[in-house]
Amino acid sequence: MDKSYLAVISRKTDILKKATGIDYDHFEISPLAFDYDGLMKSCDFSLEDVGKILQEVGVGQTPLVELKNLTQLVRSISAPGKGARIFVKDEAANPSGSFKDRRAALSVYHAKNLGYKGVVAASSGNYGAAVASQAAKRGLKSIILQEVYDSRRKGQPEILEKTRACEAYGSEVWQLTVGPELFYIMLLVLEDTEFFSASLYVPTSILGIETLGYELAQQVLQQEGRHPDMVVVTHAGGGNITGTARGLQRAGSRDSSVVGVSVDLHGLHMASDTDFNRKSFTTGHTGFGIPFLTWPDRTDVPRNCARGLRYMDRYVLVTQGEVFHTTEMLAKLEGMERGPAGNTSLAGAICLARELDKAQILVVQETEYTAAGKLPSSQLTFARENGVEVKRGNPDDDQPGKVIIIPETIEQFRLKEYDMPEIRRSYVKKALDITRPYEPSSDDIQFLSEDSKASTEFVSQTIASLSSVETA
Amino acid sequence: MLDAKKGDLVKIHKIILEPDERTGNLPSSTKSVPYECWIKGFLLDKNAKLGNEVKIETFIGREISGTLFEVNPTYDHNFGEPQKEILSVGNEVKHLLKKSQNESKGV
Repeated sequence: MDKSYLAVISRKTDILKKATGIDYDHFEISPLAFDYDGLMKSCDFSLEDVGKILQEVGVGQTPLVELKNLTQLVRSISAPGKGARIFVKDEAANPSGSFKDRRAALSVYHAKNLGYKGVVAASSGNYGAAVASQAAKRGLKSIILQEVYDSRRKGQPEILEKTRACEAYGSEVWQLTVGPELFYIMLLVLEDTEFFSASLYVPTSILGIETLGYELAQQVLQQEGRHPDMVVVTHAGGGNITGTARGLQRAGSRDSSVVGVSVDLHGLHMASDTDFNRKSFTTGHTGFGIPFLTWPDRTDVPRNCARGLRYMDRYVLVTQGEVFHTTEMLAKLEGMERGPAGNTSLAGAICLARELDKAQILVVQETEYTAAGKLPSSQLTFARENGVEVKRGNPDDDQPGKVIIIPETIEQFRLKEYDMPEIRRSYVKKALDITRPYEPSSDDIQFLSEDSKASTEFVSQTIASLSSVETA
Repeated sequence: MLDAKKGDLVKIHKIILEPDERTGNLPSSTKSVPYECWIKGFLLDKNAKLGNEVKIETFIGREISGTLFEVNPTYDHNFGEPQKEILSVGNEVKHLLKKSQNESKGV
């Protein structure tokens, strides 16, 4: 069989159908819309089933910890009566050290049930380790594909740590250089092995995360007799927001606002060989966060079940330096040494808690393990080696890829609020651009409205304004 | 001299795509370099030198061929050097917390 790039890419529909067990064509409604709920229900697991499957392998039921010292510190710089109670869901307590075990657990269980002998995942982050760990537990083989090196063969230390973790769990790891051709390798490996594609974006991956939102709501309800007022979620590909928000809804926490937080890496190109090692965060950043909100169907499966824009109420950005500072605070004030990337949402929570009343409850829904390669000292050493300046100062002066500013005080923490209507407009525009010259029907407008958490009027007005720009 | 013998843990290197075979929509810094990969496994050849074409058996038992790149590959990522910009953060916030606790107690 022809294994050249173009030949393999041309076989992608067949390869992915075999590798996921899902006929995505079945859920297409029009050139623009698809049956999202139908796709999510195509893997028939109730939330209770998922909880049991996760429990079998020691995933989930992680502690909800109130960060009393951090809360007091935030209150000391807040207006009178302000400063919500901050809780964190200690997801580092999962077997491979992050919430990604929830995504991997159900997918690997499902793969085994369907008779696959192994699983393949493309991930340079915690998800790869989670798939490797779950595959070990269920007796399946695993192959993890990682984007690790630039063309000088300099590896991002956090990703080198993930190579080590995956190999510790017995995976075959492909360490690749920078480039979107990772998808080609994935198809090639899936075709060669006939393994399951444990994509981050298949239904089982999202169903696994629903347990996180559900659990945290139940824990807050049991401990405090009420639902959380705000749940803060690190955002990259959208799965974390999607699963968590769906879980909250299932638990009846319909009034909890769901806030996405990403590290601001504006100006750095994600597929650039030279920018690759000028960033200190390999996920949870705007390089994934923004493109995945404005167009989720850019993944390794035809339709992405992680649809952040459907579920996000607000989107805010923090700086790399603010997250490193927060990581230090969590260790020194709360006795929890955790990985920086997992503290992205906590850095956002410092500012968000100041907006809320003292009686209100804010939940940061994850932490992650830390290790060599992940520590702030490791990342900042690497940043300097790659020509990035590191200094104390005002985070307003942060410049991704050039200067990392560690704030002098937490009063200097500032959120950059992303304009949600603008993101929704970009999403609608992208949908029209991709399907041009197709004219959206009223059903399509309904789909776009649900998919972007906007009113049908907003979608119709956006479409009208876009076509008037074209006419002009 | 031989660098590796059968059964040794080794790392192989493969060039997947040469620069002119890479996909169209790439920044020039990426498009001008080959797409490469490294994979670990146990050497299947009787013996080999660095740079030889060899076969390995990966950790899941698959056979893959490539150029012998490293013998006994070691993880060399580490904890980094102490960073003065973050070393003082802990004491700063502890001091502020103490001050706030004292104020709320009316000390």
